[in-house]
Amino acid sequence: MTAASRTDGPSGPKPGLKGTASRSSILADRAATVAMWGTGVLVLLILGAIIAHFAIAAWGVVSPSFLVSDPSETALGGILPVLWNSIYILVLTMLIAVPIGILGGIYMSEYAGENAITNVIRLAEESISSVPSIVVGLFGLILFVDDFHWGFSALGGSLALTFFNLPLMTRLAEQALRAVPQEERTASLALGATKWQTIRHVVLPLSIPGLITGIILTAGRVFGEAAVLLFTAGLGTPPHYDFTNFDLTNPASPWSPFRAATTLSVYIYKLNSEGLGAFKNQIIDGSAAILISIVLIFNLGARFLGRVLSRRLTST
Amino acid sequence: MAQLTGAYPVAGLRARPGLRERIDLPKRVVFAAAASMIFIVALLLAFIAWQGIQLFVKDGVPVGQIFSATWQPDSTSPNVTFGLLPFMAATVLVTAGALLISTPLSVGLALFLSEVAPQWARAIVQPALEIFVGIPSVVWGWLGITVLVPFLGQTFHDDIVLSLPVVGTVLTIPGFLTGFSWLAGSLVLSIMIVPTITSVSFDAFRAVPQELRTGSLALGTTRWQTIRHVLLPSALSGVLTAVVLGMTRAAGEALAVQMVIGNSPTMPAAITQPVTTLTSQITLDMGNTVFGEPWQDALWTMSLVLLIISITSVVLVRLINRRRMGA
Amino acid sequence: MNTGDEMTPVAINPAPPVVRRIEVTSSHAGADEFAARPDAVKLATDHVSITYGQKVAVRDVSMTVQDRSILALIGPSGSGKSTFLRCFNRMNDLIPGARVQGEVRLDDENVMETDVSVVELRRRVGMVFQRPNPFPMSIYENVAYGPRRRGQNDRRALDELVETSIRRAALWDEVKDDLRRKSGLALSGGQQQRLCIARVLATDPEVILMDEPASALDPVSTLRIEELMRELREAYTIVIVTHNMQQAARVSDITAFFTMADDRAGYLVEMGPTGQIFTRPNERLTEDYISGRFG
Repeated sequence: MTAASRTDGPSGPKPGLKGTASRSSILADRAATVAMWGTGVLVLLILGAIIAHFAIAAWGVVSPSFLVSDPSETALGGILPVLWNSIYILVLTMLIAVPIGILGGIYMSEYAGENAITNVIRLAEESISSVPSIVVGLFGLILFVDDFHWGFSALGGSLALTFFNLPLMTRLAEQALRAVPQEERTASLALGATKWQTIRHVVLPLSIPGLITGIILTAGRVFGEAAVLLFTAGLGTPPHYDFTNFDLTNPASPWSPFRAATTLSVYIYKLNSEGLGAFKNQIIDGSAAILISIVLIFNLGARFLGRVLSRRLTST
Repeated sequence: MAQLTGAYPVAGLRARPGLRERIDLPKRVVFAAAASMIFIVALLLAFIAWQGIQLFVKDGVPVGQIFSATWQPDSTSPNVTFGLLPFMAATVLVTAGALLISTPLSVGLALFLSEVAPQWARAIVQPALEIFVGIPSVVWGWLGITVLVPFLGQTFHDDIVLSLPVVGTVLTIPGFLTGFSWLAGSLVLSIMIVPTITSVSFDAFRAVPQELRTGSLALGTTRWQTIRHVLLPSALSGVLTAVVLGMTRAAGEALAVQMVIGNSPTMPAAITQPVTTLTSQITLDMGNTVFGEPWQDALWTMSLVLLIISITSVVLVRLINRRRMGA
Repeated sequence: MNTGDEMTPVAINPAPPVVRRIEVTSSHAGADEFAARPDAVKLATDHVSITYGQKVAVRDVSMTVQDRSILALIGPSGSGKSTFLRCFNRMNDLIPGARVQGEVRLDDENVMETDVSVVELRRRVGMVFQRPNPFPMSIYENVAYGPRRRGQNDRRALDELVETSIRRAALWDEVKDDLRRKSGLALSGGQQQRLCIARVLATDPEVILMDEPASALDPVSTLRIEELMRELREAYTIVIVTHNMQQAARVSDITAFFTMADDRAGYLVEMGPTGQIFTRPNERLTEDYISGRFG
């Protein structure tokens, strides 16, 4: 056999390995790869720019006294009352939403079958997730502010926020529970434990890392929320809070759930639309920087904590 | 050897289940928690729908009027018209603009993360995306108003004219007056919905079995060809779902949009001009109107429109995925 | 102990003599005698078939299992052995779409009837799985799990129960100092499996089902488990599914051979004293399997 016939095919000389693919498809592939890397780089650049922008803009503004002093019309006021309200509403919302969400997640993960009612629950879950936050806020306006005659209130805001975030919490809880391997349930049931005993003593404890991650992620979302609270908890500038007043029925007490409670996010929006004064921009920059920092801590904290906890739980 | 059976009450196999077991309290409680969401949705729909139709039922405004392009809600004016078309058009156009900008970027990012990025790159970009998700909408609005709007207003102040040699002037885009505009709204929204579209698309790409990729590559194609001809078609329903979810988020966003959009209740004419979306108008006017007056009833009708849009998108997502599940 | 195999190593941790009732059976029904003694039947199935939706997994199996014997279910993959095993503690209930027809009897009581407490059944009929699955809890809590769920919370009673169970599972000397400090997951594979056995023993069962209990373990651990089984037979009825014919031959009194029919349904081909099955089986299929011609 000559060298020629070994390499030649029935229809003529065979091409070698080099120069087989068409040039245009190789070019397209390279261009696409560059473009895709570009998106990744772009995202990082934008994020970096945002962080840098706020770090610079808030430099002279954010200080311990900024955090603990009251707003002022004339000078560079602080954000204590609105920061307090943000924390207050966060805690109140989580107190209501987390138990219901976890219980709902238990149902969806452990008890729910493939039937019509489960489908309806999922449909409800998806629907609430799609409703714009402003519409949920307006719903809260009708229900809590008007019909219940609470006026603007922290409780109304928390309940509206619970409605809004319940699908997220339930879904995250369901995921955390589903992540527990089936073998654990099987082992428990085979030992003669009931279904609820299995959930309580085996499945729930094992799902704790996932649940905590879910709770922190939900908390991050709640903390930054503004549109819902705008219509339910109000946007007036809060007065000076007397923290020693523990009379929960007194609307002047910062511990009462029945008072208007402007939060940090809403305060930013309010200052932007109504605020005058020479320091408006700096106050907003400072507030925004605090807001981002706290939300960042929540998000990164959730990731980190989740990983640490799950490693400890399954450690040998 | 001690009898182990002393440790338990000996129950025959047929011991009648106690009251506790028959009622099964845990199951009922967790079911109630999950089913509460049905109750919440129903309540929400009922209240908003009821309030939304008051404009027609109580104030006697004909339903067709909301499709008018004239918005004159002031009851002291002789030509009171509750035309919602400017707002509906603006919502559609601003959302469309946001999707146009963010979809290629998001899908590209999702492809990057799922097909191209090495582990170290993914470990940086994915947390970055999660941080994006966490940034509150008011902060985006504030960035828009302090950075984007002045930039647009100053840089593109003059009219943009596109003319071809033979044909002459083809397109004139008026310059930005102040920067508050449809484009500003679309840009701010686009960056807000990138994480949504990216993460859902990413899940869709990851769900495509590896065999499809290897099958294509083994036939001597490039990675981009594999993506274009195999991966994207397979993941199409997932990507469509992502886009619909992004669209829903964009259409429903209120505060960030309101801060940069310009709030001019006229029909959108040019991308550089101020407009007002449904959400912006509601946010602006709700506090200044009185409950029960027709102006506010019109705002509630706008809320109902928003609700209808979001329910439609839920149905749309289900339709997109039903075909996939049936396949 | 009835070993019948001269190569069995002597137990390193001699467990206390295992008796549950006062009467001592002098000579256990030898492996070569399959005298059906009706009053000693512990488990029985009567025309049991199991289907998953449309697919028949096991077809029409009727058999009896004598009290305090070891029955080995052998056969190729897919012949329904594990599915059949799960009937005895109604673990098939957990599989959506699974239906069991026929009667399954424990001490002459049909466990398939709807008013039977499945929870109580599973206490009396315990199960050890192919892959050891200890809970991520301390060794003590793993073993105490069953009793605690039954309402036993007295500290001293639990301590005694835990110790007895771990001793019977031939694990005591290795873990006695670490009961509360060491997690069940921190043990070796063989130890984990013995922990799972101890966990089952703590519920004071009468029957122990084992689904390929040693297939995930190394040879040394495997032999220890087999040794343990022989000890446990003194007080418990054991049914084991195994792929390993030599294991079945070493350990069991009775062997049942399952295989897959043309329609992929599993069925019982032949059942008899282990010695007889392995030397002069009645069915051709059995002989083919034993001699390695298929499966």
